[in-house]
Amino acid sequence: MKVEVRINGRSVAAEVEPRMLLVQFIREVAGLKGTNIGCDTTSCGACTVLLDGQSVKSCTMLAAQADGLDVMTIEGLAPDAGDGSAPGATALLHPVQRAFHEHHGLQCGFCTPGMVMAVTSLIAEAEPGSLDEAAVRVGLEGNLCRCTGYHNIVEAALAAAREAGVAAGATE
Amino acid sequence: MSILGNRVLRREDPKFLTVGGTYVGDLELPGALHVVFVRSPLAHGVIRSIDTDEARAAPGVVGVFTNADLGAGPMTPMGMVNQSMVRPLLAEGRVRYVGEPVAAVLAETHAAGVDAAELVAVDYEPLPVVVDPVTAAETGAPILFDDVGTNIAFELNFGEDPSFFDGCDVVVRQRILNQRVAPCPLEVRSAVAEMVDGRLRFHASTQAPHDVRSTLARYLGMEESAVHVVSPDVGGGFGAKGGVYAEEVVVAALARNLNRPVRWTETRSESMLGFGHGRAQMQDVAIGATSDGKIQAYRLNVLQDCGAYPDMGAVLPFLTRLMAPGVYAIPKVECSSRSVVTNTVPVTAYRGAGRPEATAAIERAIDCLAAELRLDPAEVRRRNYIATDAFPVTTAVGTEYDTGDYAMALERALEVAGYEELRAEQARRRSAVAPDLSSEGAGGGLAPRSKQLGIGLSSYVEITAPMGGGEFGAVEVKPDGKVVVRTGTSPHGQGHATAWSMLVADAMGVSLEDIEVVHGDTDVVPRGGGTMGSRSLQLGGVAVSQAAVEVVDRGRQLAADLLEAAPDDVVLDKTMGRFHVAGTPSISRTWAELGAASLDRDGQALQAEVDFEAPGPTFPFGTHVSVVEVDLDTGQVELVRHISVDDAGRVLNPLLFGGQVHGGIAQGAAQALFEEFRYDADGNPLTANLADYSFVSAAELPSYEWTYTETPTGKNALGVKGIGEAGTIGSTPAVQNAVCDALSHLGVRHVDMPATPVRVWEAVSAASSSVPAAAAAARSEPANATNGGA
Repeated sequence: MKVEVRINGRSVAAEVEPRMLLVQFIREVAGLKGTNIGCDTTSCGACTVLLDGQSVKSCTMLAAQADGLDVMTIEGLAPDAGDGSAPGATALLHPVQRAFHEHHGLQCGFCTPGMVMAVTSLIAEAEPGSLDEAAVRVGLEGNLCRCTGYHNIVEAALAAAREAGVAAGATE
Repeated sequence: MSILGNRVLRREDPKFLTVGGTYVGDLELPGALHVVFVRSPLAHGVIRSIDTDEARAAPGVVGVFTNADLGAGPMTPMGMVNQSMVRPLLAEGRVRYVGEPVAAVLAETHAAGVDAAELVAVDYEPLPVVVDPVTAAETGAPILFDDVGTNIAFELNFGEDPSFFDGCDVVVRQRILNQRVAPCPLEVRSAVAEMVDGRLRFHASTQAPHDVRSTLARYLGMEESAVHVVSPDVGGGFGAKGGVYAEEVVVAALARNLNRPVRWTETRSESMLGFGHGRAQMQDVAIGATSDGKIQAYRLNVLQDCGAYPDMGAVLPFLTRLMAPGVYAIPKVECSSRSVVTNTVPVTAYRGAGRPEATAAIERAIDCLAAELRLDPAEVRRRNYIATDAFPVTTAVGTEYDTGDYAMALERALEVAGYEELRAEQARRRSAVAPDLSSEGAGGGLAPRSKQLGIGLSSYVEITAPMGGGEFGAVEVKPDGKVVVRTGTSPHGQGHATAWSMLVADAMGVSLEDIEVVHGDTDVVPRGGGTMGSRSLQLGGVAVSQAAVEVVDRGRQLAADLLEAAPDDVVLDKTMGRFHVAGTPSISRTWAELGAASLDRDGQALQAEVDFEAPGPTFPFGTHVSVVEVDLDTGQVELVRHISVDDAGRVLNPLLFGGQVHGGIAQGAAQALFEEFRYDADGNPLTANLADYSFVSAAELPSYEWTYTETPTGKNALGVKGIGEAGTIGSTPAVQNAVCDALSHLGVRHVDMPATPVRVWEAVSAASSSVPAAAAAARSEPANATNGGA
């Protein structure tokens, strides 16, 4: 069947098997390998992307269900930063990406794209002054990380939330 | 000013944050065939026949292979282990655990392979199953290897001295389960193999590419020089990617045999049944002391569950024994062990690999002793630490500790925790009258006074780079002034690119941005031990540091020639990254000039290669304090605070240090409270995916209160020790001790891990009905080792 998804602003259309998952479409059809697959029970969140602005585990839905919708993956969050290797690229990172960098919120990097997208969504959907540590921890319950013990991920999320003005007690 | 010791952000991050890492499963390999394994649904059985005809005829299928088709293997156990317990790459004649690969389907697409795997008809004849290692060790148990005649794969027996506890006023005994857990790196196993110009090129998700090279060569019957292993980004390992798995050898064999590119990425559900498990020890401790709490003798007997084939798991007790006495000066220590095979997933290394088990045993024993003597657990520790002025010290099991200051770490941790106030709060909660819950409506909130406070201590010492050996490091200056570092370590999240760059920048006066760290390619890095056992900094980092120092010496010599000066008169200006004659900085030679001059002069790059051999392992240490709230009505445990003071010698980068500790704490807390890989009595796995396995999430953990001290080692010039595993080693018993401590006033002495609500509630319920009965229950054997959780 024909499926067309706008991914990071680019339209990607292909004939795919009906059983193809959205995450497979992103990785194999669109060729965007930043979105990872960490499990097969929709438990780990490594495949988290934004679908029409809301976070979704892209292994929980079929590619066909995303037909005509907008998907943003990790590659689309700060396109100007490229692959991050150019001098000064870190200055071009999205605030959430930058917070993960500054707070050492990643180690092996496998959960990172999904985690960053989940935090981005969490902050985008938060009421001003609402995100405290407990809210961040509950909000990230569906995104697993084995390396960081979550400590620095939570620090990064709270820092990004402060910058966005949605952290509890934030004055900015 | 030196960059060493500073909080330097990771150079690795931008790629992971923008386009993601390049893991094996991300590699493009046009025309590659996909391997899908047919796995045993039975824990133990005879294979009567394997019918592959229908699968072979399925669309998109290139071939279906059984073990006899491979011309590779079998896999043999490590040296100390019973050598007859060999493992065919694919099960041959018999299956020994659920998930064991029986056949391999090779197909043009993964989907075609999955479909065809369903068509492989294997006729099994079930055999009696043994899951419980206690049973497996007994006479009459089902035997996994008929020709061996016993399930015992490995024993360490140091004899039992009948007068061992003579002179002790008190001897406390406890059986402790250190349960089977799943390592669960976020990236599962994956491999890509292809023949390139007559050589096998193998992309591996591994912690040790050079070991993969030698192992593949051995099992495939190839020369090592004909095998090229590349490890790109690796999504975590935690010890369980330290070896080579049968499936990986099969992938390599198929690529070689068919001369076609082949790839394989398992699913998580496969991974839970194929990737090695960790821990899996049953421990019997006995600790004897004087009435004032001075320990006189400690005995640890370990029953190690190896799983179906003796892998690294079989020899974990060897490492456990090395660290059995922990931080304590104990005159007499006995440690015996028996490793047995069972019809379960093979056990391998998992973060700490035998040492967390040692610490868990002694730290629980100390708390049991404190409870028996009605002494504060902190005080019992104080009275028994190895004295700070005793180092280097050889323990009763013969392990030589380099440096340490155990009392300092304890006092610091107690201070950060506010130990006295915590004990006071605990006393307040204990004395509070239990609220009347009958007035609460159904589903109403539970009164906070039913939540008891538990405070758990754990003082640990750990052995890093326990297997000894050395490490390769090389530093080369390119003609454009860039510096290329090659290392035999194989990072998978640890941040070696940042850390090794710091070492080189410090020695050479070049900026981090001008340094490239290369690892994980056996054609580029000639040798290496990889990253495991917390070995990387103290071996690999030191090798790189020494190579940088040698390059500075050679650069100085070359600059002296070019400046027509004596080498002793030439100095390196590290702020500018150039050499000049002392006193005349205006005439200088930059690294770029020297790199080019070296090539021009004799065609040789300006570089140095070092193989660093350490005189021995190192022994980081610390104390963790864990605070839990235990709901007596539900058995729910909440970890509310975790304090850790860790000392790994000199600190290179506190950001990376903290990251390692944080991750370790989480894995330790996860084992103490949540995670257990469970089987039913027939060997059916009950937790074979991430929906069923209680992988710890952010919502179940607090932020950690981490601090560090620096007690250098003399085992290397940097004074550094390893830190990769210490967090897990320290945290696990601290959390478990906290749970037991919360219930101690009820007469509960011990609760096995994981301290699930059911297990805690049962302990509390037993205690409520009868305090003596509860104490007796706690002393008896725990519930079925493999079936104890919720």
